[in-house]
Amino acid sequence: MLKTRIIPTLLWKNVGLVKGIGFDSWRRVGSLLPAIRVYNTRQVDELILVDITATDEHRSPDFETVNEISCECFVPFTVGGGIKSTQDIKELLRCGADKVAINSAAFKSPQLISEGAQIFGSQCIVASIDAKKNSRGKYECYSNSGKKNEHIEVGEWAKKLEELGAGEILITSIEQDGTMKGYDTNLIRTITKVVSIPVIASGGAGNYEDMYKAIEKGKASAVAAASIFHYTQQTPMEAKEYLATKNVPVRITKISQDDHSSDRGLVLGLF
Amino acid sequence: MQIVVIDYGMSNLGSIGNALSECGAENVIIANDPKELKSATHIILPGVGSFKDGMDNLVKFGFKDAIRDAALVDKVPILGICLGMQLMADKGYEGGEVDGLGLISGVVDKLKPVNKQEKIPHVGWNEIYCKQKNPIFEGIPDGTDFYFVHSYHFIPKKKSNILSETPYCGNFVSSIVSDNIYGTQFHPEKSQRPGFQLLRNFIKL
Repeated sequence: MLKTRIIPTLLWKNVGLVKGIGFDSWRRVGSLLPAIRVYNTRQVDELILVDITATDEHRSPDFETVNEISCECFVPFTVGGGIKSTQDIKELLRCGADKVAINSAAFKSPQLISEGAQIFGSQCIVASIDAKKNSRGKYECYSNSGKKNEHIEVGEWAKKLEELGAGEILITSIEQDGTMKGYDTNLIRTITKVVSIPVIASGGAGNYEDMYKAIEKGKASAVAAASIFHYTQQTPMEAKEYLATKNVPVRITKISQDDHSSDRGLVLGLF
Repeated sequence: MQIVVIDYGMSNLGSIGNALSECGAENVIIANDPKELKSATHIILPGVGSFKDGMDNLVKFGFKDAIRDAALVDKVPILGICLGMQLMADKGYEGGEVDGLGLISGVVDKLKPVNKQEKIPHVGWNEIYCKQKNPIFEGIPDGTDFYFVHSYHFIPKKKSNILSETPYCGNFVSSIVSDNIYGTQFHPEKSQRPGFQLLRNFIKL
């Protein structure tokens, strides 16, 4: 059976690992490579790495850093931030990314998704959506790290992205992100109701039960989380053990009997 | 030992190279010249992308005949990974009907979900169940999870080429074998411990 994935998200800004609240108040929480080295030895299913300032600074993705990461990273990983062309995608895949996450550029040029899917296959094109509820209670899409309202309803945009050839959707609630108050399961369900590709839930995980709700109520195929792993004692491995007790299929490798206590609050713990 | 990883512009070579070094491989060469296959003791054909682009590139770089010679005439152990496995087929249907390398008889077609819970692409960790005993799965028990990320799958003509199956879309073929020729739909280089075990087994062949 295909397992539900637990995916730590690492956001970086000038090689520093950061985390914010509601896409704001960015705080430096460590360095990228040491964090990856720790996750390597743990049973994380995938990693998502996003360069959060690339689009705003009109930069291309930082290929050199991705190359360095891939030399160290034995976990499948997705890279996002600043991707504007199929050349960028090609370069990132060559640098070792398994998948790329595209957000802002898809609004300006939806053909980037279709061309990317055609050349590299849908399986490596993750369409990322950052969403916020408007005053009428509808979820709207935002680009440029949550700064620009694209005035498109999320369900509509998700369907469009699937039609264009996206292989997965990464949905992040801007309002919940970094709060550790739980995922917005309604938002996740809004997406999973209208698409048949896998959906990765993101934004708001504070405990393992939140993850369970995103999977059970939101119908997510995977859950991404950052703060919970940066700031608390909770670990990806324990998350899986908890989910297993709720009959969620997860990958627990029995060969490894390592003590995984050292990845608690792993990033802050490095200082 | 001379392990040649074929570079035809379709894959992330860094992670395969690193995984091989972690597995104790010496002399790993990333080759974009078909001549380099001549000295290979083991060949790895990786790949990410569509069947059509993959084949176009293999032909363009002059690898098609060199790979066929090495695998079929010189009997060098060869491992195709993901798209690399798919390209070993007679034909693929991603991006139109395209001829493959024809190393193992079969076709590559899109996965077909058997229920609503099954999403395409098939992304993530899933189990493998061996259909025959083979040294490449030495030390890897049935039911072990490997990492997959794909929408198409290899349908071999002969049952004897099926090395393992995976429970998704009505049990698809997740690895194939024909003598010295191997293919895995999953990514051993991304499958951590069991993946490295498989790579170690391969370089021992």
